[in-house]
Amino acid sequence: MKTTSQSLYDRALLQEAAWESVKRLSPRYQVKNPVMFVVWLGSLLTTGLWLQALAGEGEAPAGFILAITLWLWFTVLFANFAEAVAEGRGKAQAAALKGLKKTVWAKKLREAHAGAPFHTVPSEDLRKGDVVLVQAGDVIPGDGEVVEGVASVDESAITGESAPVIRESGGDFSAVTGGTRVLSDWLVVKITVNPGETFLDRMIGMVEGARRQKTPNEIALTILLVALTLTFLLATATLLPFSIYSVGVAGSGSPVTVTVLVALLVCLIPTTIGGLLSAIGVAGMGRMMEKNVIATSGKAVEAAGDVDVLLLDKTGTITLGNRQAAAFAPAAGVSEKELAEAALLASLADETPEGRSIVTLAKERLHQRGRDIHADGASFVHFTAQTRMSGIDWQGRSIRKGAADAVKAHILALGGEWSAAVQQAVDDIARRGATPLAVAESSAGAARVLGVVELKDIVKGGIKERFAELRRMGIKTVMITGDNSLTAAAIAAEAGVDDFLAEATPEAKLKLIRQHQQDGRLVAMTGDGTNDAPALAQADVAVAMNSGTQAAKEAGNMVDLDSNPTKLIEIVETGKQMLMTRGALTTFSIANDVAKYFAIIPAAFAATYPALGVLNVMGLATPASAILSAVIFNALVIVALIPLALKGVAYRPQGAAAILRRNLLVYGVGGLVVPFAGIKAIDLMLVGLHLA
Amino acid sequence: MNANLLLQYGFFFAVLFLLAWPLGLYMARIYRGDLPAFVAWLRPLENFCYRLAGVRHGDDMGWRRYAGAVLAFSLLGVLAVYALQRLQLWLPFNPQAMANTTPDLAFNTAVSFVTNTNWQAYGGETTMSYLTQMLGLAVQNFLSAATGMAVVVALMRGFQRKEAGGIGNFWIDLVRSTLYVLLPLSLILALALVGQGVVQSVAPYASVPLTQAVDYEQPKVGADGQPVLDAAGKPVLEAATAREQTLALGPAASQIAIKHLGTNGGGFFNANSSHPYENPTPVSNLLQMLAIVLIPAALCFTFGRWVGDLRQGLAILAAMTAILVALLAVEVWAEQAGNPLFERLGLATQGSELMAGGNMEGKEARFGISATSLFVTVTTAVSCGAVNAMHDSLTPLGGLVPMWLMQLGEVVFGGVGSGLYGMLVFAIVGVFVAGLMIGRTPEYLGKKIEAYEMKMAAVAILATPLAVLLGTALSLMLEAGAAGVFNPGAHGFSEVLYAFSSAANNNGSAFAGLGANTPYYNTALGLAMLFGRFTIIAAVLAIAGSLAAKKRIPPSAGTLPTHTPLFVVLLIGTVIVVGALTFLPSLALGPVVEHLQMVGVR
Repeated sequence: MKTTSQSLYDRALLQEAAWESVKRLSPRYQVKNPVMFVVWLGSLLTTGLWLQALAGEGEAPAGFILAITLWLWFTVLFANFAEAVAEGRGKAQAAALKGLKKTVWAKKLREAHAGAPFHTVPSEDLRKGDVVLVQAGDVIPGDGEVVEGVASVDESAITGESAPVIRESGGDFSAVTGGTRVLSDWLVVKITVNPGETFLDRMIGMVEGARRQKTPNEIALTILLVALTLTFLLATATLLPFSIYSVGVAGSGSPVTVTVLVALLVCLIPTTIGGLLSAIGVAGMGRMMEKNVIATSGKAVEAAGDVDVLLLDKTGTITLGNRQAAAFAPAAGVSEKELAEAALLASLADETPEGRSIVTLAKERLHQRGRDIHADGASFVHFTAQTRMSGIDWQGRSIRKGAADAVKAHILALGGEWSAAVQQAVDDIARRGATPLAVAESSAGAARVLGVVELKDIVKGGIKERFAELRRMGIKTVMITGDNSLTAAAIAAEAGVDDFLAEATPEAKLKLIRQHQQDGRLVAMTGDGTNDAPALAQADVAVAMNSGTQAAKEAGNMVDLDSNPTKLIEIVETGKQMLMTRGALTTFSIANDVAKYFAIIPAAFAATYPALGVLNVMGLATPASAILSAVIFNALVIVALIPLALKGVAYRPQGAAAILRRNLLVYGVGGLVVPFAGIKAIDLMLVGLHLA
Repeated sequence: MNANLLLQYGFFFAVLFLLAWPLGLYMARIYRGDLPAFVAWLRPLENFCYRLAGVRHGDDMGWRRYAGAVLAFSLLGVLAVYALQRLQLWLPFNPQAMANTTPDLAFNTAVSFVTNTNWQAYGGETTMSYLTQMLGLAVQNFLSAATGMAVVVALMRGFQRKEAGGIGNFWIDLVRSTLYVLLPLSLILALALVGQGVVQSVAPYASVPLTQAVDYEQPKVGADGQPVLDAAGKPVLEAATAREQTLALGPAASQIAIKHLGTNGGGFFNANSSHPYENPTPVSNLLQMLAIVLIPAALCFTFGRWVGDLRQGLAILAAMTAILVALLAVEVWAEQAGNPLFERLGLATQGSELMAGGNMEGKEARFGISATSLFVTVTTAVSCGAVNAMHDSLTPLGGLVPMWLMQLGEVVFGGVGSGLYGMLVFAIVGVFVAGLMIGRTPEYLGKKIEAYEMKMAAVAILATPLAVLLGTALSLMLEAGAAGVFNPGAHGFSEVLYAFSSAANNNGSAFAGLGANTPYYNTALGLAMLFGRFTIIAAVLAIAGSLAAKKRIPPSAGTLPTHTPLFVVLLIGTVIVVGALTFLPSLALGPVVEHLQMVGVR
């Protein structure tokens, strides 16, 4: 799943696409793309003219008409090919996802609790509402909600993330995805979808392009392309009467042939962008896939490029999801050294980032940096979802650390005292936006609290630079946090976000989004919790974390399989890339026309007005070779640009003016120059091969 | 390029911008109803107009209603002008007893003046009564101009308003354009022109004896009014002697002022601004050229002020000026280079110490090459169509310039109002492609450009090429059309192409040399004028309505700036590329091939 990127030119894929492009010659398919449909009609017309020429009544030599006709058909085929390759790549990605869909045996419970009897059924037979038991080592048979139990689940098949995640009933971590595996403990899962409707099924359907609809900008661009096509249709169609008149008054030559007019028309209309347009759209969704993001519609991908405001959750996005130990607050009568030592011992076997950070801090305070600490003969107590504490039993001491309320309950249960000063320290730390972790010790029946460890938010490395990048792109970043505004302001300043929303409630988030939208801005956000769902539904681009709840996934228009909130930035870039590719190829396509005019106009009227020969600036050999070269160039350029259409135009986070200047230079000026060289080269080749 | 030339042109543009700036800002206030003190006393008159017509202040029209009002008002105008011409013999102010015009000519002329085209298939002093000129043509000179201004003001409101249902009130925009802008400016200009010697009189034509009688031959006219032909099909000539000359007079100055200010261009006299009574001196010539571009240039300032950033208007103005100056350079170069065929005959046409040289055929000696070239370029860049020289006599490339300026869609300054709204349509198209290239849904001045705007922009941009190319093609194929071509060949082709370019783009200038006063051409060109004018107006108002309903997105670093030189280049590129790609083949068969033949390329 992680390796969805594949070679552009996979052999089997290309063969499949080649066959597919022939199948798509049917008019029912062609009519969907107005520009290419005109080429299709033109090809049909010249085919008829060729047959007429074979019968001996041709307007031009049959060989010439045949050559033009063949290359016109190639033009249609190449456009079909581009689309087929893009779709083929999508299908290959979908196939990779399908590999996850294996039949698994589910333990279907008679009643919705863990103790109930069960019988095994294949996962396909599960229906919405069924309840199953999943134990350590089992594969979860379908998407569902945890109704009972706590377990660690390996979701790497979906997310590529190797660290297991905790799933438990109630709250934001109750959603499980079919195909993932329970590593420890057990869960009772209520299946929430019918077979064929699972999240994976829908993802596959999406990528296969079966339900691809044109995006708003694609529609607007198609209108422009149709307008250009009509303009050129007008310009070429009226050339026939103009030519007849000119021949009449000049008294020499013969009127321009329909074959030449069709060739001119096909060269002029924007076939390059017209032929690649849908491939660009399909490839855009494919590129999201490569980033492990499933977009529910092309519209969402396109909207991503338009985003003005990014709402980012503080935790996990801006700061490391794991807080780190920053200070010790010993209880009355306890030295800091004592507390640090206890915390160190309690964390020795704690391999979580928090635990390791406590070890590091304690060693620093105890001036034992680098020295190995051994606690021979100790027994370690691991964290469980029930106790919410971990620690060590060693030399008669039993040290525990954990969430303040868990430790408080632990102390009180052992008859110890929870002093007001400790509670004060806990509250102070919490108020600063940090997490208090209490450390307690019990030996010989006496339990006492040693103090509190402060775990603080650490802003992710490099995030400040990303935000600066976004600012250059014109995107405003807003940090969303449940912290109070003091803490929020401190972190916001450190991370370099433009704004923050502190003490955020779901209502406040929703209000903020609406307010930005009211001002005409497009808002993107990520979310995973059920309480994020309303805001996700309101946001224009809403990326739900795959680790999030079903409600969040339903409300979003994209799902990030990696559950990496920073991904939003890449999503925006991919959206922009898709639009840029369309714009660049449109510019290129139109700029190409200048050279084509210089090739075809002197050729078409050489007999009537030899003086127009001065316009043959490329020095093309004969009128026939000039026209053929232009048509061949026009067809080949589609093939040549397929990789660009699939990969997208390179995006650099710059201001709008800088990007435009660069793209105008590359695709506008480039589009002017390239065909002059290309047509001349093809002409030389035709002459060299004695084909013209 | 000599210093004199640069000085003349530099002076022209300097004065133009100095006048356009304050006028533009003045108009920005006028259309908001915020009258400066020096015109505030006219407010009762304005309100009186509304009371008379039953127009309520604050009655905001949606775009369909606005367009309906424009169409209804224009239809009424066509009917009125048509009736005046068809009945002029029996109406007052007809001292020369001009006959009623034919139905096709009346249709053509009525449409022509209502669409701000002012294509003239007739000679003014030999066809129209004073009443027709004053009540029909001169009135339409004001109203057609005011209509164009109203439409562009509606489009500006589209950009300015946020989530609004309406785009203003046509009647109010119409009255304000006329009362506060066109009338006062015309009054000032008319007086200035009278000062230069332009006639203003309702007296009958004057007759003066010639100091020397002139003998000449003229075609003999039969009883049916058609020339009598001999056996070989040539007109029979008869001898005649002229002893006196008729000097055509009339209320010219008042009509000529608005003819230029309103970018109408319909001359009082047949010879238009080359007639000594219509444009007697280099000073009147300068005033008339300035008057042509003044309001179109000023509207750019109005636009900038209305969208809250003067630089937006300046960018449009810069794009227009750049295209104008570039083509002016081609024009003056082509005309000064003259015709090499004369050189081969031993006739000196090159400029020297003793003579200015160049192609003087069809030009007035009092204006010369430089002032004529400027006039030619300005009158076709702006959809005015007044001429101070005969465009048919321009060199092939010198004729290509005005023809192509019209084919660009009359957006290089263009007609009053129509030029700016046409240019804004091109800006929308340019911004669309550019917007995609920067990876955002395109937006212009905070308004998203989406499928609907593109559809309407496409309609607006396609309308005139459709009319020009189809009209030309049809005319060349039909007997009735080909019959009017007096110069068969590449030049004859240019004449037909020029006629349809002029009509469809509502310019009104003509390559003479085309017998256009025939039922066929009167009808075909009339239809082209109607189609070109109102298709675009409807599309533009639809865009205005759609934009007004949208939110206005605040600009950010990701927004494409539309006041920079880069945008100016983009806008110029869009206009040129669309114009070039559409018309390159037909221009190649007309002026280009004619030029190549002239310079002797085989």
